[in-house]
Parts: sequence; C-alpha cells; structure tokens
Amino acid sequence: MENVIELQHVNKAFNGFQMKDLSISVKKGFVTGFIGGNGVGKSTTIKMIMNLLQPDSGTISLFGMDYKKHEKEIKQRIGFVFDDNIFYENITLAEMKQMIKPAYKNWDDAIFKQYVDMFELPLKKNIKTFSKGMMMKASLTMALSHHAELIIMDEPTSGLDPIFRRELLDILHDLMQNGERTIFFSTHITTDLDRIADYITFIHNGQHIFTKEYYKIEEEYAIVKGETNLLDRDTEKEFIAIRKSNHGFEALTTNKKRTEDIFGETVIIEKPTLEDIMLYTKKGRENDVQSRS
Amino acid sequence: MQIIISNHSKEPIYEQIYAQIKKHILTNELQAGQFLPSMRQLAKDLDVSVITTKRAYEELEKNGFIFSVVGKGSFVSEQNNELIRERKMKVIEEQLVAAIQNSKEIGIELTELKELLTMLYKEEI
Repeated sequence: MENVIELQHVNKAFNGFQMKDLSISVKKGFVTGFIGGNGVGKSTTIKMIMNLLQPDSGTISLFGMDYKKHEKEIKQRIGFVFDDNIFYENITLAEMKQMIKPAYKNWDDAIFKQYVDMFELPLKKNIKTFSKGMMMKASLTMALSHHAELIIMDEPTSGLDPIFRRELLDILHDLMQNGERTIFFSTHITTDLDRIADYITFIHNGQHIFTKEYYKIEEEYAIVKGETNLLDRDTEKEFIAIRKSNHGFEALTTNKKRTEDIFGETVIIEKPTLEDIMLYTKKGRENDVQSRS
Repeated sequence: MQIIISNHSKEPIYEQIYAQIKKHILTNELQAGQFLPSMRQLAKDLDVSVITTKRAYEELEKNGFIFSVVGKGSFVSEQNNELIRERKMKVIEEQLVAAIQNSKEIGIELTELKELLTMLYKEEI
C-alpha cells in the first residue's frame, strides 16, 4: 500500500523537548488517528509534516516527494484544517476565498459553492462572528475546494459539541468514499476514533509507540483484572503497567492470547480503550525510568 | 441487506459484519452474483472505519463467500455456496447423530428430544 506521509528516523530537539528517531507512515486512502498526551510532540510532528518546522535529522516525504525540492507541489495537495481563525478577523468568507484561491492551481469554485451551501456558511459575515464549528467547516471547505488529497487536522474535535462532532465524522466518511483521499488527524477525544479511524498512530514523549490497524489493537491489547495474589515477580513481567489496590489489580497486556493462556479463568479480560492504552503506557514508561535510575 | 452492529459486544465489529453477511448468503437472502455495497459505502452506512469493512470483506473472500472484480466491486460467489451448505448440512447431521446417541443412552424419547431442540432453537437466535 502506498504511503502518503513518511517520516524516517526523524530527530528534533525543541524547547527542552526531543523527538527521538521518529518513523511514521500514513497509508493512502485511509484515516489515521494520531494520539498521545499533552506535550508529547503531536503538534510538533504535524508542523514538521507541514514543513513549518524542519527536523534536525532524518527524512520526511509526502506523496513520495521531498520538501526541499517539491515544496510547492506538495502544498498544493495538502489541506490543513483548523478550528481557530488564523486569518484576519475582519474579513468575510467571500474575501477569504479571494485571498486563498490564487495560491492553488486546482481551485474549484463549484466545489467551494457546493460546500458553502451544504454547510450553510454565510459568505458576507465577518469571520470573527463564526463559532468554532463554523470555522472548522469554513476551513474544511477551503481544503476541499483545492482538491486536497491529504487532509491534516490538529485536534479537530476539541471544543466542539457532540452533535457537531458526529456531523463532522459523517462528513469525513463522505470524503473517504472514492478511496483517493487520506486523512491524518490528532485528537484527545479517543471515542471519536472508533467510528472513523482505520489506523492509530500513538506517540509518547517524542517516540513512536505504534501504528496499527484499529482492530489489531483490540486483538493484541487487553485490560486484565484479578486478585493481587496472582501477581509475583514473574507474572508482573507480563504487563506494561499495573495498578494495585487493596481490592485487586488492573493491568494492561500487549499479548492478550498469552495472558489468557497464563491466567485462564482466574482473571477478567476486557477490551481496552485507547485511553487505557495511553494511561498504562505512560505509567509503564515512568516505572522504567524509575527502576533504571 | 440488514446489518446490526453492537459496539458493546465482545465480538470484534468486523466479525459481526462477517457473520451477518455470511448468514445472508447461506440463507439465500443474498443470492449468487448479487452485488455487495462497496466497503467504503458500507463503512459510511454502518458508521465504522473503512478498514473494518475491508477486513470483513477479506475474510468473506478468503472463505469463498464473495469474490471481487477490480474496478467493479464485490459479488456473492456461486458454486461455493452449495458446497458450504452441503458441508454445513453434514456437520449438522453428525451433531444430531451424536445428540441422538446420547439421548438413547439415557433413555430420552424422540418427542422429548424434539421438544428440547425446539426450545433451544427458539431461544438461540
């Protein structure tokens, strides 16, 4: 399968924070959800993908091309969707279109009109009066009007109400129908992902933890609950991290099958949420650091 | 084609889709040569990711229930259906024979066994 975005061994030191040997690939025709806690490097990664920041070492390619040689061509094919107004506030959507249109070879007025109508966006109102949801729709309209093949979104659903979030997911489903478009978006709201994301890319502290098909995560990872007396030095090694209380333990395994074989009926095994995985991975890494120091 | 997905089931979503389409095919509700919705369309309709429907279609294809034609889409397979039905029938026969043997061993009459079967059949699905 073709990769639209490819990061290879990317390193970047930035404000006392480091991206370490980051290798990520994003598949064409699919939706990849990009997850990780606050300050783990999601926005930095997106900025590098957009060429707003450059890596200290390693390579980044989009559509198989390098920014150094093909910046203009690449930018023509990307649509960046945001919910904050990064334009002048005192202009209308019609004026904004006039500013943006000349930058794109493939600009399509008919599509612009189609989405403005569909999203019921006012053309003559000041953009500063737009709600977060409207701003997001306006931004998406701009991206679609120049036939962007790759749509990148940074936290598109944060600050949006649940009804609009659902609406956005429907729109994204529509965009994916022809199989030519690729979506890469970061999010905190992991429940949005199970409806749309094909792949999940998870980073923590500037490092790539995994990129997997969504269903594989459920096949491999599991939350395990049981009585604390089942834990000893050997069985504890089976888990990424463990939370113990006086009433039992809860832990995350990355090898569900093996855990089932070892513990059998003595434990409860449940489907993990992405939040569980994020939480336990963070906890596991902290423990590693402590035990090494 | 009706497909009902449970987000709270232990069974993965692609397996739910796989099982339900398979059932539609085995019960002839979907007939040989019939066109299936594209996996992207189905993903949108069911509000699940494309890779989920892709996996379900891949499994259906691997097990001979459907076939795909590049650029045209996926269709319900022909000859294998009969085969699968036959194979299933054989398995059912064997299982029933085992049930009958067990019944005879402990003296359960045919009427009683029928009643049990009817009860279980209605309970299950």
